[in-house]
Amino acid sequence: MTAHAAAQAVTEPPVVRLQASGRWVGLGLRHVWEYRELFYFLIWRDIKVRYKQTVLGAAWAIIQPFFTMLIFSAVFGRLARLPSDHVPYPLFCFAALVPWTFFSSGMLQAANSLVSNTNLLKKVFFPRLVLPAAAIVAMIMDFGCALVVLLAMMAYYGVVPSLAVVTMPLFLLLAFATALGAGLWLSALNVKFRDVKYVVPFLLQVWLFATPIAYPSSLLDGPWRTVYALNPMVGVVDGFRWALLGAATAPDRTLVASTAVALLMLVSGAYYFRQTERTFADIA
Amino acid sequence: MSAAITAVDLSKKYRLRATDQPYYFTLRDTLSAAGRSAALRLTGRGGPRRSATDEFWSLDGLSFEVQPGEVVGVIGHNGAGKSTLLRILSRITDPTRGWAEIRGRVGSLLEVGTGFHEELTGRENLFLNGAILGMKRADIRRRFDAIVDFAELGAFVDTPVKHYSSGMYMRLAFSVAAHLEPDVLLVDEVLAVGDLAFQRKCLHKMEDIAGEGRTVLFVSHNLAAIKELCQTSLVLNRGTLAYRGPAAHGVAAYLTLTTSDALAQARGTAWRLLAVDGHLAHEAVAVVSGQPFTLSATLQCDTTFRRGRFTCQLANATRDLLIAQGVDSRDVHLPDVDAGSYDLRITFPGLWLTPGIYSAWLRFNGEVGSVSRDFDSPPVLINVTGALEGEGKSVLTAPLEWHVEQGAARAALA
Repeated sequence: MTAHAAAQAVTEPPVVRLQASGRWVGLGLRHVWEYRELFYFLIWRDIKVRYKQTVLGAAWAIIQPFFTMLIFSAVFGRLARLPSDHVPYPLFCFAALVPWTFFSSGMLQAANSLVSNTNLLKKVFFPRLVLPAAAIVAMIMDFGCALVVLLAMMAYYGVVPSLAVVTMPLFLLLAFATALGAGLWLSALNVKFRDVKYVVPFLLQVWLFATPIAYPSSLLDGPWRTVYALNPMVGVVDGFRWALLGAATAPDRTLVASTAVALLMLVSGAYYFRQTERTFADIA
Repeated sequence: MSAAITAVDLSKKYRLRATDQPYYFTLRDTLSAAGRSAALRLTGRGGPRRSATDEFWSLDGLSFEVQPGEVVGVIGHNGAGKSTLLRILSRITDPTRGWAEIRGRVGSLLEVGTGFHEELTGRENLFLNGAILGMKRADIRRRFDAIVDFAELGAFVDTPVKHYSSGMYMRLAFSVAAHLEPDVLLVDEVLAVGDLAFQRKCLHKMEDIAGEGRTVLFVSHNLAAIKELCQTSLVLNRGTLAYRGPAAHGVAAYLTLTTSDALAQARGTAWRLLAVDGHLAHEAVAVVSGQPFTLSATLQCDTTFRRGRFTCQLANATRDLLIAQGVDSRDVHLPDVDAGSYDLRITFPGLWLTPGIYSAWLRFNGEVGSVSRDFDSPPVLINVTGALEGEGKSVLTAPLEWHVEQGAARAALA
């Protein structure tokens, strides 16, 4: 609460009017801001709980992408001999898996965030947007752990990043926006249709191969590159490789396409979420 | 001064579902239903898409006002709309029709321990739960010691709550909520949990909150708690307001609701003028424990009944039936019960009832043709007073005569 609002609370108490909401509701972002402390606490809870009862704790954040990298290196790097933009294949692959794992686990958690918190939905009032958002942000810890391993691998292969490394957080932000956009759609749908639980893993599997993780996006050329980049994760992965490894595939018009689609997903997802939000407590 | 809570025509519609159906839908069901209705419409057999019986109004046109500092008990049977009202007021769900306005910061406690996580310690859960209930981190830190003290956690504050006894868990959960300090506090049946000592402690805490001039809306089935804590009451019946007024009267009104359905069926035939010891039963009539009392009533019959039976019943506040005794009309020299009015007087002998509120009511069962019909009177409330307090929850408190001597009998046996 700002000082102004606090002063107002003393003199004139806030008045809340409750009535059937109209056909169209805004995003209510100011309301989300008022609840930022709950947002922090939910992130903190998700992180704390995740590491609390596992033997290996934070190691799981590394094990999963690392083993995927080993398998991809063996199958696609060694056997299929896919090109890797003149970067050692394991490094090429892992630099993509770090943001991908952040995105995929974030989206998965976000999609389940409402259904796994039905007790909160039914008993407490707060802007529901904080649930999927907090679920994704909590994945930052895993991302950080995996990033340290990536930096160690870069040192091992003697890859020194250029100044472009400072743009890396922007690509992380793009991954976050994509995960949140998809997460908002899926979490809201999940309340109504429990089929979503089965759709998400399948969707992620398809999405994994539609993203240049095992192969470089330079395999596609001309107008197909732009169509391909309508998958926002193409922009994220290309961006990560460019920022950290100086890989040949520099982000260009494809990044515009990726960003545009990510924003479209985010805004439409947020509006869909807000429109259906009022029914969550009744059908969850 | 403007009201703390204003509700105008507040209504909420729910869709009824068969009990074996899940609350959520599956895509398959939705698709097949959409396909079916499209097919029906194509073949011209499409009726109304949903019959009106699928829907019901959990709240229907509820209007009331609550003044700042008022402590209101919300009473009603299951399904009367109490929880729906609290859910609307705490903004969890929107009303379908009408509106409500709340002045001041709202704290709602619809469940104790919402959002508690088993793996987290008491301290961690305290902060998390506080944030969920809308407290600022600074507020929680400031009240931390008070909350832990009230919950009697002691050294367990850094133990994961999964190792807590259920009593400790409840104490912590209630303690966080009790220290919320909002202007308007909405409390659902939270005292139904926990042991007696804890319930008493919570009630005291609620009294403190009420004493601080906060507005409280308190839902409970514990009528004694309602009468003790609340000045006024709001009695709901099938989503509508049945009574709004002093808590003691509200409790009485609530007790009469049981029989109002039977009353509605009775049309012309009905019980009138119920009285205890000559006092008309507008509210609880005082009777001293152990003293006889007389219940009188008038039965107005609109038709002739072939034989009939009068029954008198007495129940305590927890609805345990204490007495149910009847008499046949023939045994009181009425072979047929003709249309007209009948005066009844039932004298109870001195009953050693534990002081408290009791209700008594009458039933007339008569046959018209081959159809047997029941007519229940609204209950009369009897406030039994007396010097003797029982221990625990006994129904009777008789003045026992005690003789205690040192083991002479045993010595004689040996």
